[in-house]
Amino acid sequence: MKRTITLTVNGAPRSVEVEPRALLALVLRDQLDLTGTHIGCDTSQCGACTVHIDGRAVKSCTMLAVQAEGHAVTTIEGLAAKDRLHPLQQAFWDKHGLQCGFCTPGMIMTAADLLAHNPKPSEAEIRHALEGNLCRCTGYQNIVAAVQLAAGAR
Amino acid sequence: MATLFGSGIKRREDPRLITGKATYTDDVKLPGLLYAAMLRSTYAHAKLNQVDVAKARKAAGVVAVYTGADVKDKLNTVPCAWNVPNCDLKVPPHPVLAVDKVRYVGDGIAMVVAESRAAARDALDLIDVDYDALDAVVDPEKAAAKGAPELHKEVPGNIAFTWKVAGGDTGKAFAEAAVRVEQRIVHNRLLPTAMEPRATCASYNAGTGQLTCWITSQNPHIHRFLLSVMTKLPEHRIRVIAPEVGGGFGSKIPGYPDEALVSFASMELGRPVKWTEDRSENYKVTIHGRDHVEYVELCGTKDGTITGLRTRVYAGLGGYASTAAPGIPTILHGLMYSGPYTIPNIEGTIYGVYTTTTPVDAYRGAGRPEATFLLERMIDLYARQIGMDPVDVRRKNLIPKDKFPYTVATGITYDSGNYQGALDKALQLIDYKKVRAEQAKARKEKRYLGIGVTTYCEICGLGPSQVAGAVGFGGGLYDSAIVRVYPTGVVRAYIGGKPHGQGEETTFAQIVADEFGIPVENVEVVAGDTEATPQGWGTYGSRTTAVCGSAVKVAAQRVKEKAKKIAAHLLEASEADLEWKEGKFVVKGSPDKGKSFGDLALMANVAWNMPPGVEPGLEATAFFDPSNFVYPFGTHICTVEVDVETGEVKILRYVAVDDCGPQINPMIVEGQVHGGVIQGLGEALQEMAVYDEDGQLLTGTMMDYAVPKASQMPKVETAHTVTPSPVNPLGVKGVGETGTIASVPTLVNAVCDALAPLGVTHIDKPLTPARVWAAIQQAKGGTP
Ligand code: FES
Ligand code: FES
Repeated sequence: MKRTITLTVNGAPRSVEVEPRALLALVLRDQLDLTGTHIGCDTSQCGACTVHIDGRAVKSCTMLAVQAEGHAVTTIEGLAAKDRLHPLQQAFWDKHGLQCGFCTPGMIMTAADLLAHNPKPSEAEIRHALEGNLCRCTGYQNIVAAVQLAAGAR
Repeated sequence: MATLFGSGIKRREDPRLITGKATYTDDVKLPGLLYAAMLRSTYAHAKLNQVDVAKARKAAGVVAVYTGADVKDKLNTVPCAWNVPNCDLKVPPHPVLAVDKVRYVGDGIAMVVAESRAAARDALDLIDVDYDALDAVVDPEKAAAKGAPELHKEVPGNIAFTWKVAGGDTGKAFAEAAVRVEQRIVHNRLLPTAMEPRATCASYNAGTGQLTCWITSQNPHIHRFLLSVMTKLPEHRIRVIAPEVGGGFGSKIPGYPDEALVSFASMELGRPVKWTEDRSENYKVTIHGRDHVEYVELCGTKDGTITGLRTRVYAGLGGYASTAAPGIPTILHGLMYSGPYTIPNIEGTIYGVYTTTTPVDAYRGAGRPEATFLLERMIDLYARQIGMDPVDVRRKNLIPKDKFPYTVATGITYDSGNYQGALDKALQLIDYKKVRAEQAKARKEKRYLGIGVTTYCEICGLGPSQVAGAVGFGGGLYDSAIVRVYPTGVVRAYIGGKPHGQGEETTFAQIVADEFGIPVENVEVVAGDTEATPQGWGTYGSRTTAVCGSAVKVAAQRVKEKAKKIAAHLLEASEADLEWKEGKFVVKGSPDKGKSFGDLALMANVAWNMPPGVEPGLEATAFFDPSNFVYPFGTHICTVEVDVETGEVKILRYVAVDDCGPQINPMIVEGQVHGGVIQGLGEALQEMAVYDEDGQLLTGTMMDYAVPKASQMPKVETAHTVTPSPVNPLGVKGVGETGTIASVPTLVNAVCDALAPLGVTHIDKPLTPARVWAAIQQAKGGTP
């Protein structure tokens, strides 16, 4: 029943034996020990599980691990070069863009995709882009400020 | 040296959180780990006949299956820990797995333990349950009515308690009043929705007899106690670790059956077991909030003096009494009926009612949002009736700032306040006169602008332990800290609280670093592990900074006192001749003769030359029990425009002026206000847990329950005033819940104000376009 898939995870080739029905989010967490990717819902609303597949933000709870076969997956652990912070990570820190931090990896991954494709977004564009990422703690204001700061720093 | 108190330094929590290196409960992995899944009732109310687990037990990967019958003699029932006195409280047994009856959709029926998450989930489908459906009742007012279906044989009529609050002579006040207003208010049921679902990972070592339990917990010491009660394991053999916790909002205070079941499984099977709820399970099983039906009357003079308030409240408790549930609509609600005002006559009757729904317990604000909402709504209705500006009515009734400490009619005494100061500041920020003028102009153009104002105060910083005991709270409400200085002069503070987003690892380090004159980087704050931290009562009720922070301060002061003794000895001076200057004890008059904190840390820890009678080491423990609660306050003002064709509400501006005393870290305070306000606006505009008549939760996933999104919410403009509290050494008050307390009536008052020309007086939350539109049609005399 299980299948071995090969994929690139945070720049390194990995091969992993998965159940065909296994969601990518769970495989990342349980089998690849990348627990920075969180699971906050079961209906694809919260965005806590957001990773990059070939550079685009994807909710990893919404795809099967087998669908990632042959693709490049980047998680929050692999977003920045070693021992450095990505400008968005730095901006979330500087602007107090997080409280409990549970939504944060997904927020940052989504925001990174936004800035890659729209380097100078307006506040409305940022809020729109983050619609699929829920945060219960911050009221979003400082998250928006963090994305603006990171956009300015580019 | 500049003080760190008052400085918005960045949070030390963040590096691990922004890089994915934090460890939340579901991240915990142990060798030989098993996974649990719970079978939940699909009926709201039913007799449980047979639970057939034979097929599930044989399924691939399944290690064990337990039913209510299997565990009922091995585990105790789930305790309720707030036994509010003088209200005839009835707490029927709450078995960890249902035995003969289920009482809400989500009530536990069986637990499967298997080698993988998937195997555990799959096996649930193999369990056959034979139910006899019974009638459901989801509305607390209906559940309290004659002939309603009864949940518990021990509780005829479903009334768990009848609690009364009274002060003054309310009957007389109403009889003599020139003006009376009344309103039925439904306080919508809410789903707390901490972004991290609940989880437990339990590991029992039969050799040592020790249970280690990772729990998504706001209060690990309380969970240790509750686990001990449920599992019958003595408390000293249980270690509870609350690792990183992804938000709580009250939902991670209670003891749930799940952590006892998972612990039990680990003890039975000799392997670690983990259970993590998914979101749909969370919405059905983790506590809900609010759920009141309120009948409220307010009376006063024609010129705006409020003379009385009377309420009758039906507070839904759900199927069982959760850990703190009885205290929420009583102590934390009814006692706050005077708000920031001098209302001389107050009377309230609160019925706690069992309904066939998920248990209701503390949700951010817990009782105070409901009190503030009904009061602020009634004041607007009253102001409209007497034709006075709602701000003028409020100003006329606010407790004067020179009257503190002030005892209100409900019997509690407010610590300090300057309510007029916050009101003035908020009016100035919004430019009240100007927005009223704009409103008048807009009305002529048939545009509907509204202004909502809330002046609030709230009770938090829970609280003196003696009061906790007197009101039936099953624990103390002091908190604790150990401040431990290492030989190299770096420090760890072990605290009884358990921050889960509020940033106390940073703010408490600021307190300690200030006390010792050392860089903040030299202080670590440790929380959440009962093995390391002294007995504490957790993080809720906006108490951690005021109570636990004070314990940190006192412990640090004790350390410093001892350091001073050692300094005096080493400098051959008397203690009286020493002063603390720029991080050193120096001899007065000869500032070059001194000992730094680092010197003293080393000398105390090596103990080569201690003063006679002074023990080696440099650490101190403090248990801080405050003399009173703290009462933060403020004024929130919001302006809205309502589209009367669609019922859509657009927030134009939102101004929050809060006073939580001196701010240790203004950046963190502001973050708490932002989050609280938006959470409250969610409650006011779009959030509601909806059950159908059969007790099925219709808003059972995030698809249906409207957690606010970035694109739906406004910017919050914050400002503050500073009125210190006299009841703790930091002078601080809480700010974790003010936002959810103040923002809800502010928004609803603004919308009702906008629609005043159409004759709309009240709309029950949430103010969805459909509800607003219907209210407009109804006011116009049409059928909605
Ligand atoms: S866990 Fe993927 S969207 Fe919520
Ligand atoms: S920081 Fe807690 S959910 Fe966003």
